[in-house]
Amino acid sequence: MSGTFVGMPAFPKAAHEAVHNTTLRGNLRHATHTIRGKRAKAVMEMSDWAELRDAGKRIKDHTLRHLDRYLVQLEESVTAAGGTVHWAADADEANRIVTYLVKATGESEVVKVKSMATQEIGLNEALEAEDIHAYETDLAELIVQLGKDRPSHILVPAIHRNRGEIRDIFAREMSEWGRPAPEGLTDSPAELAEAARLHLREKFLRAKVGVSGANFMVADTGTLVVVESEGNGRMCLTLPETLISVVGIEKIVPTWQDLEVFLQTLPRSSTAERMNPYTSTWTGTTDSETADGPSTFHLVLIDNGRTDTLADEVGRQALRCIRCSACLNVCPVYERAGGHAYGSVYPGPIGAILSPQLRGTASEIDASLPYASSLCGACYEVCPVAIDIPEVLVHLRERVAQGGPATEKGNKVVLKPAKGHAAERAAMRAARWALSHPGALRTGQRLASRTRRLHPRTLPGPGKAWSASRDLPAVPAEPFRDWWQRTNGGRTNGGKQEGTK
Amino acid sequence: MSSRELILGRVRRALADVQPDDTPYEQAVPRGYLREHGDLSVEETVELLAENLADYRAIVHRTDTAGLAGTIAGLLAAHGSSTVLVPPGLPQEWLAATETARVADRVESTPDELDQVDSVITACALAIAETGTIVLDGSPDQGRRRITLVPDHHICVVRVPDQVVSSVPQALERLDPTRPLTWISGPSATSDIELDRVEGVHGPRTLEVVLVAPSVD
Ligand code: SF4
Repeated sequence: MSGTFVGMPAFPKAAHEAVHNTTLRGNLRHATHTIRGKRAKAVMEMSDWAELRDAGKRIKDHTLRHLDRYLVQLEESVTAAGGTVHWAADADEANRIVTYLVKATGESEVVKVKSMATQEIGLNEALEAEDIHAYETDLAELIVQLGKDRPSHILVPAIHRNRGEIRDIFAREMSEWGRPAPEGLTDSPAELAEAARLHLREKFLRAKVGVSGANFMVADTGTLVVVESEGNGRMCLTLPETLISVVGIEKIVPTWQDLEVFLQTLPRSSTAERMNPYTSTWTGTTDSETADGPSTFHLVLIDNGRTDTLADEVGRQALRCIRCSACLNVCPVYERAGGHAYGSVYPGPIGAILSPQLRGTASEIDASLPYASSLCGACYEVCPVAIDIPEVLVHLRERVAQGGPATEKGNKVVLKPAKGHAAERAAMRAARWALSHPGALRTGQRLASRTRRLHPRTLPGPGKAWSASRDLPAVPAEPFRDWWQRTNGGRTNGGKQEGTK
Repeated sequence: MSSRELILGRVRRALADVQPDDTPYEQAVPRGYLREHGDLSVEETVELLAENLADYRAIVHRTDTAGLAGTIAGLLAAHGSSTVLVPPGLPQEWLAATETARVADRVESTPDELDQVDSVITACALAIAETGTIVLDGSPDQGRRRITLVPDHHICVVRVPDQVVSSVPQALERLDPTRPLTWISGPSATSDIELDRVEGVHGPRTLEVVLVAPSVD
């Protein structure tokens, strides 16, 4: 994964800075609390939520268990429907393929639908280096792109910006990229949306190449699915002559019927809606008589660390993720630290388990991410595919602190413990900033643990310390490393660390 | 070795430790969830559709077959439309009461030309009551996907109760995955600015759904 933000400080430092940025915290708090309440309501409407969640988990597990078979089946179906399938082992290869495909059309600009996968591989930068301009068309992505910023939330990448800031960015930057913002633009959301509509429309109408991701790929039919709100996705999927979709290999579901689970759980978990405004599905290309949408369709399947993640017995469940972002919205650490502190396109709890697996734990930021949590379990509670994020966090902490077997680029390796116990230091530093407001952490933890049934687990190490009701963490009487060894990573002997309360 | 072989090989090695599992797909996933929520009568299902459409800011109108042409003419007039896009298979009689100039859905039309048209009128493949969703599948009475995207005003006719299903599972059973599908739940919207919902970004900003019941005579 090439997506480490260059010069990114490790999580505790970045988070410490973010915690002291009061505008950011205000923006985030407002946003996450709003959506949290709405989601709970949308989920409550469904009496069979538990069954849907279980089915979602099982479908994904079954698919991952037979991923080779389903990948081959998908390739056949897409090809039979008139598409072309490409395979990319890593980010560089994916970028090379897309660049080549765009160049082959003779075009020098593309319109893009928001896609985590293309952010992960740094596609826009790779295209720019070849003089191809990629225009982000999702409103939030546009705000991020014009603001020369980085996304901070999976679903609402500009969640860290308030309306005043967005107005300023539009007024200042739109003219650089195309149609300028209207004179006298105010900060009303309706006016800002209108400015974006006008600015982007000229780009849509002339675009010849669209680039997208996909929420799901159906193996038996070769159908791709994009779930969205604004209609920019529909623009990119239907107006251009060529469509290039870049999708992670884990996005497969076996059959058309499986969509009945995810099209119920995804919108409610992400935007708290019964259904998002637009969902598009397409299967290859249409014949020349129907001529509906792009006449050329390329699917680029990317690995980029996913098979390494799949090789990890505990960690592979992260590949079930459908990127709904519910776990971000309930996370007390995310709320305080903000998305940027995670140093990756995948922020929040899912980022804390996905990035260190996709990229490995060699860098300081990736080694510190498994500690970016109070292990309160709220993320697991809301996850529509029941990913036990705390379990994976603990597993990855162990890997960082103790080293052990892992897979890198398909090869089995044995990792050494992090040098000088950097992880332990990182954890303690993390504890220090998180404790500046311990009340919320504690409440979140209690609420969550009351409803948790699986994995009776006491909180190891700093997770425990983070819930202490004081402004500075207790310095454990027993060093973290010794405690970790003694209790086998908190699994035995009650996992209770001496010296903490 | 090609990247295809490389990736498939990595997948197989990654799964080497997993217990062999030959459970067929049909048995691997228990589907204990509901096919539909609640036990509604046909009328109640149509009522729920109307409610949920309106809840996401679609404008809902109800009429019968005899009143349909008049309703459509009224909507086009109220919107001040001088042109309307018409898919090739739209029943002629739906437009019998309006003078609004028809624009055909043609392969050759450029996006810019579509952008000049005031309204579009289509039928649909089906509608989902529980979610307030209409689904278009590109049949001759619905046209290409782009015609319901570029114009700013979309009128969609749903034949009730025949085209109404209760739930998402029932909808997927009836839809053909080989056709390009567009699921529409309310007009285009964004919550990207402080999670404040704003209707109308890139798709039609006004969505009017006409629920048409058979005339009783
Ligand atoms: S981990 Fe679960 S809750 Fe978080 S984004 Fe993925 S699917 Fe959603």
